[in-house]
Amino acid sequence: MSVQPAVSVPERFPRLPDAQPSPRRARLPFSAWHLLLAPVAAIMLVPLVWMVIVSLETRQQATSFPPQLIPSSIHLGNYSAAWNAVPFGQFFVNSLIYSLATVAGNLLFCSLAAYAFARIRFFGREVLFVVLLATLMVPFQVILIPTFLIVKKLGLVDTLGGLIMPNLCSAFGIFMLRQFFRTLPIELEEAARIDGTSRLGILFKIVLPLSLPALATLGIIQFMWSWNDFLWPLIIIDSQKHAPLQLGLSQLQGAHFTQWNLLMAGTVMSQIPMLAVFLLAQRWFIRSVAFTGIK
Amino acid sequence: MPGVTLEAVTKRFAGGAVAVDELSLEIADGEFMILVGSSGCGKTTALRMIAGLETPTSGTIQIGDRVVNEVSARDRDIAMVFQNYALYPHMTVARNLGYPLRQRRMPRGEVARRVSEVAEMLGLEELMKRRPGQLSGGQRQRVAMGRALVREPEVFLLDEPLSNLDAKLRVQMRAALKRLHGRLGVTTVYVTHDQVEAMTLGDRIAVISDGKLQQLGAPQEVYDRPANVFVAGFIGSPPMNLLRGRVRDGSAVAGDLVVPVPGVPDGDVYVGVRPESLTPPRNGMPSLGFEVAVVEPLGDEVIVHGFVGAELVGVSADEGDAALVAANGHRAEAVACLPPRDRPAEGSTIQLGVEPEEVHLFDAETGLAIARG
Repeated sequence: MSVQPAVSVPERFPRLPDAQPSPRRARLPFSAWHLLLAPVAAIMLVPLVWMVIVSLETRQQATSFPPQLIPSSIHLGNYSAAWNAVPFGQFFVNSLIYSLATVAGNLLFCSLAAYAFARIRFFGREVLFVVLLATLMVPFQVILIPTFLIVKKLGLVDTLGGLIMPNLCSAFGIFMLRQFFRTLPIELEEAARIDGTSRLGILFKIVLPLSLPALATLGIIQFMWSWNDFLWPLIIIDSQKHAPLQLGLSQLQGAHFTQWNLLMAGTVMSQIPMLAVFLLAQRWFIRSVAFTGIK
Repeated sequence: MPGVTLEAVTKRFAGGAVAVDELSLEIADGEFMILVGSSGCGKTTALRMIAGLETPTSGTIQIGDRVVNEVSARDRDIAMVFQNYALYPHMTVARNLGYPLRQRRMPRGEVARRVSEVAEMLGLEELMKRRPGQLSGGQRQRVAMGRALVREPEVFLLDEPLSNLDAKLRVQMRAALKRLHGRLGVTTVYVTHDQVEAMTLGDRIAVISDGKLQQLGAPQEVYDRPANVFVAGFIGSPPMNLLRGRVRDGSAVAGDLVVPVPGVPDGDVYVGVRPESLTPPRNGMPSLGFEVAVVEPLGDEVIVHGFVGAELVGVSADEGDAALVAANGHRAEAVACLPPRDRPAEGSTIQLGVEPEEVHLFDAETGLAIARG
């Protein structure tokens, strides 16, 4: 005897008629908010546009006053000049290693810690979590020197390892993932436990696959943060060989004299990966801001 | 197939709330045991302790000959169906079904064989590539059943598995479950608040209230001889009419109902009469006046709501205990189930009789059933 399929349930509910449109009024073709937001967006764009403009000008045009907003000629040569003025390719690779390593480290270590805080009951969990949150309020400048001393003791000054290591895990990442993990139904984990999955297995096979939005968010935030990081590389890296982009670009800025057009060309190039990440993951990006309230 | 034994199992939560209180239960090998009670009565906690998802505060739980208090959920050889099914949303039906086997490192061929076997048994072949989000409630329920069955566990635990289905589907799945159990003979513990499921599915039912076992027995036995007022009010639909009364000189009196109860000592009692025991009176039958308020025709019977001249004892199932509420002075709400041909007019007053042996008596102080000669 076989059990019959219980029933065939209609897969869809009958379509409800669309709500009646409200009586027509004089309407803008866009939301009234746009009247406010569009000018604000334009103001935000000014520095970016200016950066691109300066990167296309000659040195004279770039430093002229009043600023020349519409260049009379376009100097794409600035880009190759900037590329050749400093070992740009090396900086780029260093930045990529720094960013990807810290993203990977954060995704792994923050997940592990966040899962423990979210689901495992252990002595002192709540206190420890509050302490962790408290560290979010400590500015990096405060722990800069102790961090440097630790890295120095480990013999990692002026290495990519020294650059990466202190940023492999962050209190913010732990906090964010913990909040997300707690929204997942506990029954899924209980079912997995009964089905024979270990704690670590539950994290990797059930929890993380269901947390892709949160992981993507954290990954993007961390990538952006590491890519644009300047202070820590400035402290820990001495040699050009290990400098990431933002530190390397600063070499275009001399004590007495700055080639603004080259600096801006370099900066435009340095921002291309960020732009690419943003365009590819815009959805997660917007969500991340909405989700965390932090940018 | 082993049985499951609970011995004086107590669960006290961190806040001090006692969810399960000294629960002792012996579930035989291959038995279909129902834990029934209102929400919050501790039945789900009891099930979760058998599953290994909660640790008992005291007492022992045995599966077969093995005390499993310290055994982790995955080593207990049990499978559980959750109320919300707990299907893994990121896996297809096929992967959901195979998951418990893959976790136990079963060879791939064996996994595929068992998965297709279960899929065929539950009619899931067409759905194997879909994800849970693309399934209807009934389909999800079957996948959840399948994932539990595929491991061929020693004990099968179900936590209100039908409560998220619509009424028609529930009836069909109920029958399917019963057939399945008949075929596989796996020891099954089934938690429900629905007394129809309890009556129809169980070999035995354990009525639980306030974390305590109220009565344990075959469904018919629990229905025919409820051990106390709570069980009387909980099992049966519509619920038993419970009226305040007293026994004097071998007669139980509640309002205008007088029932001979030889051998029962004098004292205050609750008189219980099931709605289906009330009939138009035949000669010599004890009877009472029934003021008809609302008539609900169901086709095969009519449910008549009205009032009788006695004091009502309400058993509040929602509060999870046998809270006894006296209401309405000397006019009590009552329900009767009559054959359609006896359908009374709304607003009329009729006489309804009851066979003396179908009248239940409970001690007014303890709430326990009073044995009758």
